[in-house]
Amino acid sequence: MTHAADQAGRGTRPGGPRLTPRRDAPRGGEEQRKTVLEPAEIRRALTRIAHEILERTNGAADVVLLGIPTRGVPLAQRLAGRLEQVEGRPVPAGSLDITMYRDDLRLRPARALGHTEVPTAGIDGRIVVLVDDVLYSGRTVRAALDALGELGRPRAVQLAVLIDRGHRELPIRADYVGKNLPTSQREMVRVLLTEVDGEDAVLLSASPAEREGS
Amino acid sequence: MNRHLISAGDLSLDDALLILDTADELDLVAERPVKKLPTLRGRTVVNLFYEDSTRTRISFEAAAKRLSADVINFSAKGSSVAKGESLKDTALTLEAMGADAVVIRHGASGAPHRLAGWVRGSVVNAGDGTHEHPTQALLDAFTMRRRLGRLDGLRVVIVGDVLHSRVARSNVLLLSTLGAEVTLVAPPTLLPVAVGGWPCSVGYDLDAALPKADVVMMLRVQQERMNAAYFPTVREYSRRYGLDADRMALLPEHGIVMHPGPMNRGVEIAAEVADSVRSTIVEQVANGVSVRMAVLYLLLGGSAAS
Repeated sequence: MTHAADQAGRGTRPGGPRLTPRRDAPRGGEEQRKTVLEPAEIRRALTRIAHEILERTNGAADVVLLGIPTRGVPLAQRLAGRLEQVEGRPVPAGSLDITMYRDDLRLRPARALGHTEVPTAGIDGRIVVLVDDVLYSGRTVRAALDALGELGRPRAVQLAVLIDRGHRELPIRADYVGKNLPTSQREMVRVLLTEVDGEDAVLLSASPAEREGS
Repeated sequence: MNRHLISAGDLSLDDALLILDTADELDLVAERPVKKLPTLRGRTVVNLFYEDSTRTRISFEAAAKRLSADVINFSAKGSSVAKGESLKDTALTLEAMGADAVVIRHGASGAPHRLAGWVRGSVVNAGDGTHEHPTQALLDAFTMRRRLGRLDGLRVVIVGDVLHSRVARSNVLLLSTLGAEVTLVAPPTLLPVAVGGWPCSVGYDLDAALPKADVVMMLRVQQERMNAAYFPTVREYSRRYGLDADRMALLPEHGIVMHPGPMNRGVEIAAEVADSVRSTIVEQVANGVSVRMAVLYLLLGGSAAS
């Protein structure tokens, strides 16, 4: 996982403040930043994804949404809300922390864990839709697939992301994409969500993002 | 966090909370069909036990195995130590075998500290003499937080053989870091000389301390370390400092009873108290695995540089 939004949330060091959302305060030398998605566009993208999920899964009867912390979790909750609005019955949503399955653990000091909460119905025989904010290298999703395999045996696993920024390093693709965003590897994509950051926005900044291992 | 865990006093508030929060998450692994995480695959954890131990050694072994580490168990009996090998030579042997972490229990206070200077891996103190037992304190704090929902401002009474107890020292240090108020209650002969400098208060009357306590922790009377007469008879000790059902009734309704084990039933704790719903003794053992997983993960899971 390499996009900056993630680093703010998940890459918290032990000893430091835990999971403090880093607000988008402009630092000293005002960096180049561009708003890619406005709140209304995020809303529309999620509504469209919700409808695509309904179409592809025959009304989401067996669907379980699992958000990947930090920002995948509120996204999964929002999608669950929309699915319920349309279909009139609740769709279970939970979270799946992938920290212990990452392939870059040894590159940085041990990190704090996110929360895993699988809906009580379980995942066996169901269609699990993994939800994350940004799809980049694909390594987070690989870790999520490993984590999922130890929790049960879903009938199928699908992937929904708000932003697909390209630069895959593994043979992984998303089933539902809010927005395809062509980027250079030097750019940073930051997804801000009200539940975590106090506002909704997707930002693209040109500052040189180090590709910290993932 | 430091590279080693030698003393509960080395943990900052953030370190301690990080360990407890991590343990909270890892605790969920115990409920899964596959109770294993791949995180420490390929890492070697050596359990170096110079003193007898059941729960601590098994607990560390289970914790390391749940994280997929390779575990080598070493006990002084039946090893070259019986032939007179020194701790340093044993340490160098482990070093040569590529141990990433050494969990050590030793009868001499300070042995883990010495060991940390000889090996490249992380050293985890699993009890050294009458000095410290930091993972026990962590699992006790974890258990208190689970049962009572908080640690800050919690009133904890630790009763009994404080003089010989590494558990008491580690608990006092850790709990004061976490904001709990600790009171030690013991006969004057079983309190260390320097107890005045500890971050806790001291009392001699158990009945007076109980009504205000959220937690009462009973310590084992460590006969094997007692080379003098610290109290007249076991019966008298038991009557003044043992926890029986009548005394337990003095606790507030939410108060819990803890014991690090192994228990002397009928000496410091009555059987009916040990088996009551207020007792967390079995929970403490289960929580020990999660807490030790958290410690091993945080020490070994990331890169060495921090």
